[in-house]
This record gives sequence, C-alpha cells and structure tokens, in this order.
Amino acid sequence: MREFGYQRAHDVAGAVALLGADPEARFLGGGTNLVDLMKTGVERPARLVDVRELPLDGIEATADGGLRIGATVTNSDLAAHPEVRRRYPALTQAVLAGASGQLRNMATVGGNLLQRTRCGYFTDVTKRCNKRVPGSGCPAIEGEHHNHAVLGASAHCVAVHPSDMGVALAALDAVVTYETADGPGELPLDDFYLPVGDTPHRETALPQGALITGITLPPIPVAANSRYRKVRERASYAFAIGSVAAALDVHDGSVRDVRLAFGAVASRPWRARTAERVLAGAPADAGTFAAAADAELAAADPLPHNAYKVTLIRNLVVAVLTELTEEATR
Amino acid sequence: MDPASPALSTYSAITLNINGEKHTLSADHRTTLLDALRERLDMTGTKKGCDQGQCGACTVLLDGRRAVACLQLAVAAEGREITTIEGVAEGEELHPVQQAFLDLDGYQCGYCTPGQICSAIAVIEEHAAGWPSAVTDDVRPEAGPPPLTADEIRERMSGNLCRCGAYVSIVRAVARAAETAASTEERRAARSGGSAPAADDKDKGAAA
Amino acid sequence: MTTTTTGTRSTAKGATGTAHTRVEGRDKVTGAARYAGEIPFADLAHGWLVVSTVARGRIRSIDTAPVLAQPGVLAVLHHENAPRVETDYVGMLGVPDPTCAVFQHDRVPHLGWPVALVVAETSEQAREAAETLVVHYEQESHDVEFSSARPDAYPADGYMPAVAEKGDLEAELVASDAIVDEEYTTPEEHHGMMEPHAATALWDGGRLEVVDSNQGATWVVGELAKMFSLDPASVRVRSEHVGGGFGSKGVRAHQVAAVMAATVLHRPVRVVMTRRQMFSLTGYRSPTAQRVRLGADADGRLRALEHRSLNLTSTVHEFIESAAGPARVMYDADAHHTANRVVRLDVPTPTYMRAPGEAPGSFALESALDELAEKCGLDPIELRLRNEPERGPVSGLPFSSRNLPACFREGARRFGWADRDPRPGLRREGRWLLGTGTAAASFGAGAGPSTAVATAEPDGTFTVRIAAADIGTGARTALTLIAADALEVSPDRVRVRIGDSDFGPAMIAGGSMGTRSWGWAVMTAATELRGRLALGADIPPEGITVRSDTTAAVGALARKERHSFGAQFAEVAVDVTTGEVRVRRMLGIFAAGRIVNPLTARSQLIGGMIWGISMALHEEAIRDRATGGLYGADLAGYHVATHADVPFVEADWVDDPDPDDPVGIKGIGEIGIVGAAAAVANAVWHATGVRHRNLPIRPDRVLQALPREPHA
Repeated sequence: MREFGYQRAHDVAGAVALLGADPEARFLGGGTNLVDLMKTGVERPARLVDVRELPLDGIEATADGGLRIGATVTNSDLAAHPEVRRRYPALTQAVLAGASGQLRNMATVGGNLLQRTRCGYFTDVTKRCNKRVPGSGCPAIEGEHHNHAVLGASAHCVAVHPSDMGVALAALDAVVTYETADGPGELPLDDFYLPVGDTPHRETALPQGALITGITLPPIPVAANSRYRKVRERASYAFAIGSVAAALDVHDGSVRDVRLAFGAVASRPWRARTAERVLAGAPADAGTFAAAADAELAAADPLPHNAYKVTLIRNLVVAVLTELTEEATR
Repeated sequence: MDPASPALSTYSAITLNINGEKHTLSADHRTTLLDALRERLDMTGTKKGCDQGQCGACTVLLDGRRAVACLQLAVAAEGREITTIEGVAEGEELHPVQQAFLDLDGYQCGYCTPGQICSAIAVIEEHAAGWPSAVTDDVRPEAGPPPLTADEIRERMSGNLCRCGAYVSIVRAVARAAETAASTEERRAARSGGSAPAADDKDKGAAA
Repeated sequence: MTTTTTGTRSTAKGATGTAHTRVEGRDKVTGAARYAGEIPFADLAHGWLVVSTVARGRIRSIDTAPVLAQPGVLAVLHHENAPRVETDYVGMLGVPDPTCAVFQHDRVPHLGWPVALVVAETSEQAREAAETLVVHYEQESHDVEFSSARPDAYPADGYMPAVAEKGDLEAELVASDAIVDEEYTTPEEHHGMMEPHAATALWDGGRLEVVDSNQGATWVVGELAKMFSLDPASVRVRSEHVGGGFGSKGVRAHQVAAVMAATVLHRPVRVVMTRRQMFSLTGYRSPTAQRVRLGADADGRLRALEHRSLNLTSTVHEFIESAAGPARVMYDADAHHTANRVVRLDVPTPTYMRAPGEAPGSFALESALDELAEKCGLDPIELRLRNEPERGPVSGLPFSSRNLPACFREGARRFGWADRDPRPGLRREGRWLLGTGTAAASFGAGAGPSTAVATAEPDGTFTVRIAAADIGTGARTALTLIAADALEVSPDRVRVRIGDSDFGPAMIAGGSMGTRSWGWAVMTAATELRGRLALGADIPPEGITVRSDTTAAVGALARKERHSFGAQFAEVAVDVTTGEVRVRRMLGIFAAGRIVNPLTARSQLIGGMIWGISMALHEEAIRDRATGGLYGADLAGYHVATHADVPFVEADWVDDPDPDDPVGIKGIGEIGIVGAAAAVANAVWHATGVRHRNLPIRPDRVLQALPREPHA
C-alpha cells in the first residue's frame, strides 16, 4: 500500500469539495473493498476522503410510501431494518447472503454499489486485465472463467459484479442519488452501471467526483412477496456463482406483477426485463417460469466452462418463482 | 479545505480508545487498526490470518459491533470504541464465551480463537437484538426473532474460518454462552413462556 | 489448570484417558498466547519478501536504487548480495527443497519464487518498497500442464518404493466377475493454516536465535545450521505457540531470509509471509491423477487390484504424493499392482499435507470399492469385511493390530447403516436428494527418536522439557497427562515446556507421530525420575533432573504393519436444481491406539473429518495456464469449509492400545481426513446416482453431471 493523505468529511458538500476533481482521490466508506484493493495494489489512491461519518445513515419513508436509504447505512443496519424486512424482504435476504457479519457491519450501501469484481485476474496485479489496465487483455476468456459472465459480456471483459444487494435493488427499481459540485443527480439502477463494451474499466455512469448519497426504493407492493436465492461454492462467506432476486404477485393463477433480477451472470446486477414481459399476465406455473427464464437467457453467450450458469439460473428462476407463487396464494 | 493542506501529510497523530483506555500514537495512514494493535501497541491478541477480510481472525468490536481490523484503517478508527480480545474478560473472570470455548475445546491451534470469541460475543448480541440471518426462514419482523439453532449459529459465525476444524465445538460453545446469557435475561424478566431454544446438535444442516 | 475432572489425586494412574482442557487454554482464549510474529524485540526491522512474477526464466536485473532511497528502507537482499548458503546436505527429511535457500542464483523455476527481501524500519515501509521494487526478467516459456497423459512422468520412490507388483494383473482382471476401471482426480490443495509463516532472527552473543512458527524446533535448527554452516549448538529456535501446520511449517523461505537479513544488518529482523505468498512458498498438496482397476469374484473377493497415481513436483525438488500407498495396506488381491509416478513442471514444490498420500489415495481407492460394491450387489461394508487381509498385502508382515472391522461394526450401528436402501436416488426431502456413504481409513503408526528432560523441583512440582510442537493437536496437554501418570502425581503439579530446541532433539509434529514419540520420551524420563525419588533423596535447590533418549528403544521396534484404522460415514443432501451439496451428518469410528485426552483427541479427529468435507466439496487451487501462477490465491478464492458447511460431526473410537508403545499410543493427527472425502462422494452417488470422480464436487460439476430434470 503506498502512502496517502487522509481527510475526514463531516457534511456532504464538504466531502464533495474535499475530493474535488482529483482522479487520484477516493471516498472511503466501510473500506471493506477499497482497503483490500489498496493492499493488493489494484487501487493506489493518493488521498482518501472518509465519508463514513456523513449524516447519511438514515432509513426513512418517502412521501410516496417508498424508502430512502442513506449511503452510509451499513449493510447490517439495512438488513435489520423492520421496514426493509417487511416491505422488501428480498433486499434483507440479499444483504444477509453477502460477506460475513463483520464485513456487513463495516460495509456501506454506497460502497456496496461501487465494489469491484472479484475476478482473480482483476485482483492480481501480476496478471493482465482490461478492467485494471485498459488494453492489457482479458486472460479469463482463454483461462479460468467458470464463475464469469454469461450475459452482457464482451471480448474485453467477462467479469461479474459481486454484489448481492445490488441484485435485489435491481429487481426493486431502486434509484441511486448522488451529489456533485454542480448539484445533486440521480440514476435508476438500470442506468447506473455502464455496458462493458470496450471500456470495462468504466463501470458506472456516476459523474467524476460524485458522492453517492443514497438509494430510493419506490413503493412497489409486489416487493412484500419477494425472495433472494444465492448459490455459491460453499454454504456461506463466498461470492455467488448465480443468484436470483424475485418479487411476484399472483392473482387467479396468473402473474399480476413481477420483478426479476440475476446475480453473478454479468458485469452488473442483471434486471431480467425480457423474462418479466413473458411472465406478465401469464399462468403462474413452472412452464411459464421456465419459458420466461429461457427467454431472458436466450441472449446468454457462455464460455466453455460457465455454461452451467444458464441451467443454474433457469432452475433458480423456476424454484424461486414457484416458492413465491405458493406464498402469494397461501 | 485545500487539498494541499497539511492534512495531506501521510502521518497523523491519532488517539485510539481501546478497551476503555486511550492510546495516542503517530500513525502512518497506511496502518490498519490490526497493525496498530499488533505492532504499535503490543496488543497481539488480535490475529492476522489473511490481512484481506477473508478469514475473520482479526475480529474486534467497533462501537460494540464486530468488524475485521485488517480492513479498518487506524486513522479512521479514531473516535470509535474499540474492544479487543484483551478487553472482554472482567479482570480474572473470563467472559462466558471465553469460558465456554475453554471448557468445550472450541479451538485447536488457537490462532483464530480471539476472532471467533469476539465474533461470538457479537453474534449473541445481534441475535438478542432480533437480527435475522441468511438461514432465517422468514425475515419479516412479524415472524419474530429466529430461534438460535445450530444452523443459525453456524451461518452467523461463518465469517470466522477455523482451519483446524474446531467448528463443532465452537458451535456448542456459542450455544452454551448464549444459553447463559438468555437464562440471565430470563431470570431478570418474569417467565412469559417461549424462551430461546438451545442449539440442537443433531439439527440437520441442509434441509432446514 | 482447569480440568473437566474433579479433585486431585495423590497417585494419579488415570490422568490419561480422561478429558482435560488444554493447559494453555486460558492463554489462547484471552489472546495472551503469543505466536511467532508477536514476540517483541528492541530495534526490530521488518523484512518483506518479493516474489517472481514469471513462471520460468532468469532475473536480468533488479532496480534496487529507487527502493533503497525510500524512507525507512534498510536493505534489499537478492541473489547478487545475499549470504551464500549450503544446500548439499541430507536433513531430517532428506535433501532440502532449494526453494527455502533463497537468493542463491538468478534462475526462476516457478511463479512466486522468492527473488528479494526488502528490509525496512516498519512493515508498511517494507511492504511498499517491496511492491514497488522493479525486477527485470528474461522470461522463458513455462509448462504447468498436469494430466495423466504426461509422457515425461516417471516412477519415483518418495518415502516408499515407487512400484510394488505381484501376480498377473491382466489375467486376474479377465477372470473377474466384476470390474471397476476408473480415473479419479484430486486438485491442488493448500494447507491454509490460520497463522501465516513468521520468523524473527537475531544474533545474540554469537548465537543465532530464531523465533519461529514450526512443527519441530530441533528440525529447523538442523536445517539452518547446515545451510549457514553453523554448529547446531550455536543455533536456538523457539516456537512456543503454532497457529496450525498440517505439514507446511518446516524450513521455508522466511526463516532463511530473516537469518540472512539479521546477519547483514546486525539487528533482529522479522519476516512474515503474506497470505498470497503462502500460496507459492509454503508447499501444497499436489494434484493427483489416479487410475484404479479392481477385479472381483461374484462374492466380492478381490482378484485384481491396481492403483497408479501421478502427481507433480517442481523442477528443483522431487516430492512424491504417494497416493497408491494405502492400497498396500488396505486390501489384498491375487494380482496387486501399485505405483507412484511424478512429473516435473514449472510449479512450486509440493509437500506433506495432512495425510500425504492417504488423503487423495483413499479418495480414489475407497470410491472404487464403493463402485465395486455396487457392481457386485454387495453392501459396501460387507465388501470391505470380505477383503480384510491377514497380513500386509505387499509386505507380508503381520499387523500390529487391525481393528477395522470393529470400527465398521460400531460405526454402522451408530450411524443406522442397517436401515439403508442401497439403491441410489430414492430419498428426497423437499428440494434435496439424500444419500449416505461410507469408506475405510488407515494411516501409519510410527515413532521417531526423541529426548526429554524431567525435573523434580524443590517445591514439589515437576518440570518436563521437550522440543515438542503443539500445532493445535493438544500435545502439550497430552504430555502433561502422560508425565503426571508416570510420576504418579496430579497433572496440576506438572509443567510441560515445549517448542525450544535447547530442550534437545525430538521428533517433529508430523506423520501422526509427534505425541507418540514425545510421549515415549516423557514417559521414560518421568518414570526414571519417579524411581529416583522413590529412593527418598532430598531435592536440592536445582532440582533432580533425568534425561531420556528413545533412539535405541524406537530403533528396536520389530518390523510390522503398524497403522491406525477407521470407518467413515457421511450423509449428504444434494439439490439437483442448483448443484449444491451439503453434508448433513458425519460419523467416524477409529482404532487409533490409546487415546490420551479424549477431549482434544475428539477435536483432532473431527478436525480431520472436516478437512475431508472441505476436500470433497470445496478445496481447489486453480493454476492459470497462461501465467503459471494460481488464480485467486487467497482465502476468498481458495475455499475451505466454513462453519455453515459443517454439520454435527462425531468422532469416537474402539479400544485399540498399541502393544509396542509404552503409553499405547498410535497417533491421531491424520487419520480423520483419510477416507472422509470418499465417504462424502459415495454419499453423493447414493443421493443422485451419479459418480463424482473429480474433486471437489462443485455445484457446476453436479449440475453438468445430472440428467436435466423436468420441473414438477
């Protein structure tokens, strides 16, 4: 880890001002990803602006009945919040499926959205990686990629986004709010992450120097019947190899409303809008669920060793939507 | 603040509040809380296993909540209450979690042990606060707090690796300490039925 | 000392065999126990290793000047300026792995090879300097491709003969009613002990002192003395608490580099490996490719047994993972062929890792037995009982004791094996398919020469000194109990001091031989001391001291097949829609000699079984062909079992004291893992009807192997 300056911000405007336009400066939240990356040499900031003490640690109801979650709310507090558990249970489940109790106590909502891929080529500075060193190549495509992307990847990068929380947020129509020196802005989660293309090092649409201030969840009644299922290579404390966040409302045997997103299949949490379109109004049965998954996964372009993810996601979609159907009609 | 201000020195004089005592040191900003404890303050009970947040050996309590000290910059820990393994016993009397680890052989080489114990102390408190976990069937608040089954303990303790494989005894120790804590609570409150069930060893791991 | 027994004894025959909490337990639960990197030294400097970023080639140059100009940097040691060391010698475990003889030449034989040590005033300064040190390489193409088809593989002996053959294999196979012919593979696996390798070296009055984390202080003294051409008496190694070893904590790059730096800088230097460095510098278990052919009569009697195993090693040192070894102990056949072969690649040198040979070998052999049972229509336990040999199948020697059938009978009873429907894929519980499996286990029971010193103190207490290592085994406590029984006093009057080479030569904590070897020496010294005290002499202020040396006694052991045995049982649940496998319960029953301390022994056996779960389902280091290095060399990329992966695991034993050991011990450090992965894999077959012959049984492998299920 190289030497760096450290400053602690106490208000949002101050934090944005401290960071300025310095490309070598980073905001420090919980540090669970950034400090790790600084140790491995992937990140080498000259200056850290500590934003953990900003007054952004609240979870409040919005006027329209949604929830506003501050950027410095810890993952633990988010997962434990009664309104989140009651109205967006998939979000609580997703957060609890990630990392460990210790890391969830440290990690913040804002930082979670910005965490970097755990691709082993990205995290090892002795290896080539287009995301870390643009133009150096992507060895995963010819090399180890059994936990890499099957959707939305490019010849330049096949890494997956590691967040569980983000998958639930993608399903729940979350909107990211931020502050810049020029004022506030917001991005729906769908637009927050950029397509991989030939610029895998550019990951989000956040303007340079922007500070994430929070996430807004709209009031979506269907979210009360939602679920997150994660599959990984050990029972806990591991990143997903495939996950599904889903919310479902069934009326008279048909899908009345649905939200669906996949994790560990793409460079970002993958909102499955194609599948949702197939599901809308269709009979709530395993055949429909499988057809919906297949419709979404028709775009999948697996590599030699990750084609199992297509099967896995398909099976997870059927399993989770079946469970939600049982709950919705109970 | 001007980015070129003296705050950009790579060292700061910081004061850390550890186990109720203040320690002032000049810290390189790169210094993690873990290294500050081990190398600057000679408090080596907090262990370095991976230095990357991947093993839990360095678990301490920050403002009462468990955290890994290896990913916590010391300079950013200023102003927080830090509790390490050296601070959990009451003088000569071991914390019930420590005692349970000792009695039930919840360790082998002992290197992950301080982290496991700090984590377990927090697990019992998190559970008492009603926090659900990834294996909690129904996370809705209406479902009430989940019973602290063996599966719940296992999931909640999973951020602490033990390569010797002392997991079975650790889970027993956490369950025993939690029972001790619960029965202390219970004695305090009048019996209202529905105490926290003890962890069941025979509890089936998978299909719960 | 806290014990789970109550009261004290005046005559204490019986401290052994009852549960005692660890004598150092309080230190471990309070954080007071100090491990190698935690002992303070005045004027300590910090060394940080720099390792190669190419898998094969030469160091062309190292730009030390910019790094030496960084604040706090004291020195950069590398092949052009480091002290020379000797590697042409035979140590306790044979010739040294040159990987630990750092900075002696410009050749780079694998990725992660140590090329320099940066020493600085603080660890932060050393780390940054090490990470910014520019090393120029002349890179050559590398070969890290491991496969059973390697034409350059060759048979090699290791710690047993490479090849053992009797009978006409092909003829017996042709004559067999049932045949199994399969290839099994196990991946590269890493020890992953929680405490990284760490050493502090300093010169003190002409004596080299090393505070280290190792599995044998006098072993490390011997190696360092030879390497640095020193009188062993002028080297002292201390290693009081060891945060796990599992075979990896011998002489490694960190001690040697620390000694070099302390020599050059004339001050104490500490070198601690990073977790990532451990993945290339501390050894690992080689991947194996194993072919097993079994032929049996209709009643299951083996006519043919062939087990051929291939492992890899580095280009600088030969290490053999003798996975074909267990077959030489477990089962006889009219034709019995076993062979261990090796191929040299541009990879780090593998080493001993918990049950070397037996762990991967038992996976293949015990999986194949399960397949044979299926083909013969026999219960897997019955098949094994029908093939119990009278004598060593290869050696022809008698067994010192072989209580494997007793383990199976007791295990089957407690596990509920009799109720098992042998047909696969029948039991379902929600989304989970359930299955059970079993496997046999064996591990060699040996002893090594050791010395111990027992002192009767004037205050009525006793001090025992032995250069033993407690790497989590409970050895310190076991030796306390053994000494107490020999002295016929309560254990709380006995203090056992270990982990200091000045206590004299002793066996390492390895080969499941530590506690047995040390216990023998401690028993001998303590028994003689009791005899002296019985004469009624007054104890002088310096105490009465007796020294023992078991070299002659151990050397006089008759040649026999000496092993621990065990029966492993596992129940698993498999989700066929996701490929997830969970172990639901596990039972191991062992015949492993006299159990000195049931509390810690159970922990150790269960720990081994958990290694088996981890081996079966999680552990796999993936070597990247393009770079020759590992992919994801950290504890997030290399998965070991977490709490959530480990259900209720139970270990117990049958009575099996070793008649030739003064305490009756055989050794329990390794047998817990043997057969455990096979039991899990056999249970996965029973759950799903699909054999998994390639470990670990990852979700993607389960999904790809399962027939696509229509959704209900």
